[in-house]
Amino acid sequence: MGLTMLIPGIVLIIVFMLIPFFFSIWLSMHVEIVGSTVPVRSVGWMFYRHLFSDPIFRGIFLKSLENNGIFALVVVPVQTGLAMFLAILVNRHGAFVKFCRTTFFLPVVFPMVLTSLIWKAILAPGPQGMLNAFLHAVTFGHFAPQYWLGNIHLALPSIMLLSIWQGTGFQMVIFLAGLQGIPHTHYEAALIDGAKKWHLFRDVTLPGLRNTTIFVVMVTTIFSLRVFDQIYLLTQGGPINATSSVMYLAVSQAYVANNVGQGAAISVVLCFVILLMSLIQRQVLRERVD
Amino acid sequence: MSEIVLRHVSKTYDNGYHAIHDVDLTVREGEFMVVVGPSGCGKSTLLRMVAGLESISDGEVLIGGHVVNDFTPGERDLAMVFQNYALYPHMTVEKNIAYSLKLRKFPKSEIDRRVREAAEILSLTEYLGQRPGRLSGGQRQRVAMGRAIVREPKAFLMDEPLSNLDAKLRVQMRSEILQIQRRVGVATLYVTHDQVEAMTMGDRVTVLRAGVLQQCDTAQVLYDRPVNVFVASFVGSPSMNLLHATLSDDATRLRVGTQTLDVAGAGPRPRLASYAGREVIVGIRPEDLTLEGPGEVLSGHVGHIEALGSELIVHFGMDARNYVVEDKGGSAEEAEELLEETALTEHVRNVARVGPRSAIATGESISFRVNMERAHFFDATTGESIW
Repeated sequence: MGLTMLIPGIVLIIVFMLIPFFFSIWLSMHVEIVGSTVPVRSVGWMFYRHLFSDPIFRGIFLKSLENNGIFALVVVPVQTGLAMFLAILVNRHGAFVKFCRTTFFLPVVFPMVLTSLIWKAILAPGPQGMLNAFLHAVTFGHFAPQYWLGNIHLALPSIMLLSIWQGTGFQMVIFLAGLQGIPHTHYEAALIDGAKKWHLFRDVTLPGLRNTTIFVVMVTTIFSLRVFDQIYLLTQGGPINATSSVMYLAVSQAYVANNVGQGAAISVVLCFVILLMSLIQRQVLRERVD
Repeated sequence: MSEIVLRHVSKTYDNGYHAIHDVDLTVREGEFMVVVGPSGCGKSTLLRMVAGLESISDGEVLIGGHVVNDFTPGERDLAMVFQNYALYPHMTVEKNIAYSLKLRKFPKSEIDRRVREAAEILSLTEYLGQRPGRLSGGQRQRVAMGRAIVREPKAFLMDEPLSNLDAKLRVQMRSEILQIQRRVGVATLYVTHDQVEAMTMGDRVTVLRAGVLQQCDTAQVLYDRPVNVFVASFVGSPSMNLLHATLSDDATRLRVGTQTLDVAGAGPRPRLASYAGREVIVGIRPEDLTLEGPGEVLSGHVGHIEALGSELIVHFGMDARNYVVEDKGGSAEEAEELLEETALTEHVRNVARVGPRSAIATGESISFRVNMERAHFFDATTGESIW
């Protein structure tokens, strides 16, 4: 009886996760040109070797990996910190606080496509671009308009900015739940022990949010490693691969370059990278859970 | 070491709820003061006002002679034990106990010395390296006590510290807390809803109801001379039998339902005469009803019997109206209304304690002897004691 209840879940996992996963492993070891009559050919680990040895491809792959790394290194701490800060800020009663809470959460309900389109307008080049015009106004004309998404040095930070804007609200809500799980008496006990505001944060709030933080960091890391939508919509990996991500590379290989095997190989590698990161974080979590 | 003084302390919340009404209370140096009352009576609020966790709407709180109304909890130099212990879950027992000393920048050697000493008193030495999550309820309770004593504060505040423990452990911790308090000799304000805890632990006991202080005295005085019908019914277990009665015109006889009791044996009660011909409430403690011996006769029928081995608790019904004290929280006005009588004649609401080998059986009629000298009389409208 218990097992029958599991069937729908198991079927979903098999159909939508396990089969595609093993299929991509198979794809990554075969050359298959979609829409052609050329027979499918087994090539072994060729596509994987490509990733690390092909002089041109290796560069793009490593650059994408590096971009993912930079993205994660910046977005994970900034977004987590910001989300925690906002959660602490709105973790009280009052009409204005409610308004703020809703406002901070609002970007989350927008689909990434919409977010990207909005930010396309914000980051538009030239003096008419919203961000350029705004910075021009607040600096009294001292700020020269930037080509945010076209500049090699600004494109990735711009993508990170909009990603943080979009993702913070959701994590704020998770932190809010975490904050509400900290017993009030812990704060009171600390107050009586003579704790100041900073001590309350360091010795009650922060330890109380430990598991929440680990969860948020884990989820944000995974999101950072598979970032795709905003890159696809805004920069297509450019300029000169400055914003290419591993996921974007996989998709563009498979669907733009019609190189399905290579795309599959990249996704498999990405999958293992994510798995590895998750395992490491889980280990950290388990160590101190007592 | 110092005393805690509350002067005309009141608490009104922003929503207008009046939680504490003009409470005057002194906890003397080294005294163990228990505040007891039904849930919602404001006893925890009162404690939290002393602690500085709730603002004081009116009146003054003095600790060691200083008005501390505007002091932060940390500045008041008190230690508090919470119902859920409020131990820091990520800190070891040692760090939990040492935390307040660390915040107060004590030298490390002094912290170590005090923590070790406290751990020894509380038999926690072998647990110093563990986190609270691994400890049993009783051990956590001890850590909370350790955190309180290590600071050598001006006073202890305890908010129902034993209610999360099972019955057996509670009795054991009761005496442990008392021993520690005696040893440290610090003024202690202890809040509980359990009147047995209050009676057994407190040097003095304060009974609070709907934010109003009813009586503050030793347990024995509360028991023997309750100031009103609320204290009379709240203190003692099983609680006092309360019956509506009418005093005869010459104030010598008391009509309880269809039965009549002679009040001549009630001893000198000058004010009772002024109630001649009026309705009063008569209160009789379960142990003042006996099956033989001298005294007035009061009859009823046995509802059920609880055999406790050492004694029998006899629940019996009578053809007299019982007086019911509502012990719910609320404002003083509500409390006044709740004092109004409730008619429930057919219920078996009276209790007597008799010897374990008494020959009685359920459903039989029964006659008790009433020790009128120990009977209590209360004003039927105000509920105040008549002496």
